[in-house]
Amino acid sequence: MNARVQPARPAIGAVRRAFAPWNDPQAKPLIRFENVTKRFGPTVAVDDLSLDIFEREFFCLLGPSGCGKSTLMRLLAGFEQPTAGRVILGGADLAGVPPYRRPVNMMFQSYALFPHMSVAKNVAYGLKQESLPRGEIERRVQEMLQLVQLEALANRRPDQLSGGQRQRVALARSLAKQPKVLLLDEPLAALDKKLREETQFELMDIQQRLGTTFLVVTHDQEEAMTMADRIAVMDRGRLAQVATPGDLYEQPQTRFVAEFVGDINLLEGRVAGGEGGFWQITSPLAPAPLTVHDPDEALETGQAVAVAVRPEKMTISRDKPAAGGNAIEGEVWDIGYLGDWTVYRVKLGDGAILRVSRANASRFVEQPIDWEERVHLGFAPDAAIILTR
Amino acid sequence: MIEALRARAGRLAVIGLPYLWLAIFFLLPFAIVLKISMSDPATAQPPYRPVLDIFGGVAHWRDFLLALDFENFETLWSDSLYVHAALSSLRIALVSTGLLLFVGYPIAYAMARAAPGLRPLFVAMVILPFWTSFLIRVYAWIGILKPEGLLNQLLLWLDIIAAPLAILNTPTAVYIGIVYAYLPFMILPLYASLERQDPTLIEAAQDLGAPAWKAFLTITVPLSMPGIVAGALLCFIPIVGEFVVPDLLGGSETLMIGRTLWSEFFSNRDWPLASAVAIVLLIIIVIPIVVYRELEAERWEAAR
Ligand SMILES: Nc1ncnc2c1ncn2[C@@H]1O[C@H](COP(=O)(O)OP(=O)(O)OP(=O)(O)O)[C@@H](O)[C@H]1O
Ligand SMILES: [Mg+2]
Repeated sequence: MNARVQPARPAIGAVRRAFAPWNDPQAKPLIRFENVTKRFGPTVAVDDLSLDIFEREFFCLLGPSGCGKSTLMRLLAGFEQPTAGRVILGGADLAGVPPYRRPVNMMFQSYALFPHMSVAKNVAYGLKQESLPRGEIERRVQEMLQLVQLEALANRRPDQLSGGQRQRVALARSLAKQPKVLLLDEPLAALDKKLREETQFELMDIQQRLGTTFLVVTHDQEEAMTMADRIAVMDRGRLAQVATPGDLYEQPQTRFVAEFVGDINLLEGRVAGGEGGFWQITSPLAPAPLTVHDPDEALETGQAVAVAVRPEKMTISRDKPAAGGNAIEGEVWDIGYLGDWTVYRVKLGDGAILRVSRANASRFVEQPIDWEERVHLGFAPDAAIILTR
Repeated sequence: MIEALRARAGRLAVIGLPYLWLAIFFLLPFAIVLKISMSDPATAQPPYRPVLDIFGGVAHWRDFLLALDFENFETLWSDSLYVHAALSSLRIALVSTGLLLFVGYPIAYAMARAAPGLRPLFVAMVILPFWTSFLIRVYAWIGILKPEGLLNQLLLWLDIIAAPLAILNTPTAVYIGIVYAYLPFMILPLYASLERQDPTLIEAAQDLGAPAWKAFLTITVPLSMPGIVAGALLCFIPIVGEFVVPDLLGGSETLMIGRTLWSEFFSNRDWPLASAVAIVLLIIIVIPIVVYRELEAERWEAAR
């Protein structure tokens, strides 16, 4: 065998997943969007998009408002027909299959609970359509209500429930038919922050237990990072990047993704040279060329690029950092104390503002950095990546 | 002290005014009609006896009250004409309301599903007929339905019929006229309740495995129930007492209580009997309202 010996590379991101069928060329996707385009008159909601989603995957669609997330989901549920391309589920083309025959259930953003039916009747609605025996329906409804901890409220009507309880009913109703795929369109948008976090973990737990494939739309990137096996970032009907949360955060491929997922500082510049994966980038923002370790890029001298550094991967100090790292000088413009973090906004010579965050690891700080102080920002070659697009 | 009294008087006036209104414009006329219905007809001016002189003293009041009786109601009950008229009115009102629902629901549904920009236009079109006199519109139907009328001419021209149909002066003409006249009263409440419905509920039903017709029956129709009830009452109640349509379009065999009332008043000049008919009509109409209120209250009770 002539397999090249590769130096062991450390893992990207904080979590290593054993579940990664997308890396397995043998694996068959459960859902496949094949060059799907959807137009509404002049608007192109989904633009020649191809995407594979695997069984048991918890998949998040992330993107700004109007980028086509809901449309993609509705194409799968059958409420919209693609203008071009194919939507394939379990190997079968879904074209012409009406929504009520697709083994896919949806949890609507507005929950769409039937206001004239009790909680139990809402959950039973889908099962009744299958004309199951009555005892079986009752058993399954009980099971679902137990799953979302709503047994006590089975006879209430939706307008007698709190927002969080309604959301659980909607979840139970969409899970009752044991769909192959559960579509959730901004399922947690109506909940307050605390309840939302709790529910995120509950959703993950339920997904683990049932083994259902989840496709979740959200425009809350933290929510997507918490729950998803993989995230697709959408931009104007196209996929900007599909990756695990760790890859997405640590190795964004475009400026759009880098800026959409988390906070990032972009230093525009040009390639001055490089070898062995270490690149020299000259930037008008930095006095000396910046050194960035990004072995995956193949760059040409003179090429316009951006050096991207996350705020938490930068240091801030009064003293000039030791030689070897990258250093930029500036003036503290703004300080935000968030409790767990403190965020400094530092103004550079030409007016550009960089963000640096520091974990508040100790309760006491000696001589804290103050407004309008002159400071040095530093980052290691490994902390930054180079963006060409 | 006086301040407090004045405040209380003010409050009483605010609360009392609607009741005063109700008393003057509803209860008082009702009492007068009730009184006339218990009097006897007479060839005089006014054409009934006894006549009350409010300031006539205690003896007069006693004589007056003793002269009142339920004779007219007995007449109504014993004369099959009136019972028939009442039953026939109820039947016509019931059938018409059913027809109106059948015709009105699809129209209201289509309006509610139309593009939002078009909806006000449709509503305006439904209301538009009100800008011409009701009487004239019913007369126009004579021109359409008579043997040499527009409808027969059209059908003859299309070779669908060989000889003109006799529609005018039949119950069919009455149904056509009533359905035409009351359609807006059915469409508008239906439209109001259908338009408010969230279309994602239908998507949710379909997503859960219900074909479109089943989603319609299990979601759309139950949720439009308030509109159905409102439209049905709004049509049923006035149709029971309808006079113009049966008089102009219906033949002599179309018996309706509103027409009976008219002929008692103006042809026979039997005001007491006519008033008795009016009272019975009122009772017939009030019953469905009371039943509806009861049902509604029960529904609210069940919902809490
Ligand atoms: N039925 C429709 N008719 C016309 N245009 C539509 C329709 N549905 C969606 N669009 C358009 O398609 C684009 C994508 O819409 P979509 O609802 O998929 O966005 P989204 O990513 O879900 O946004 P949000 O985060 O705000 O929900 C938008 O520009 C929208 O205006
Ligand atoms: Mg959306």
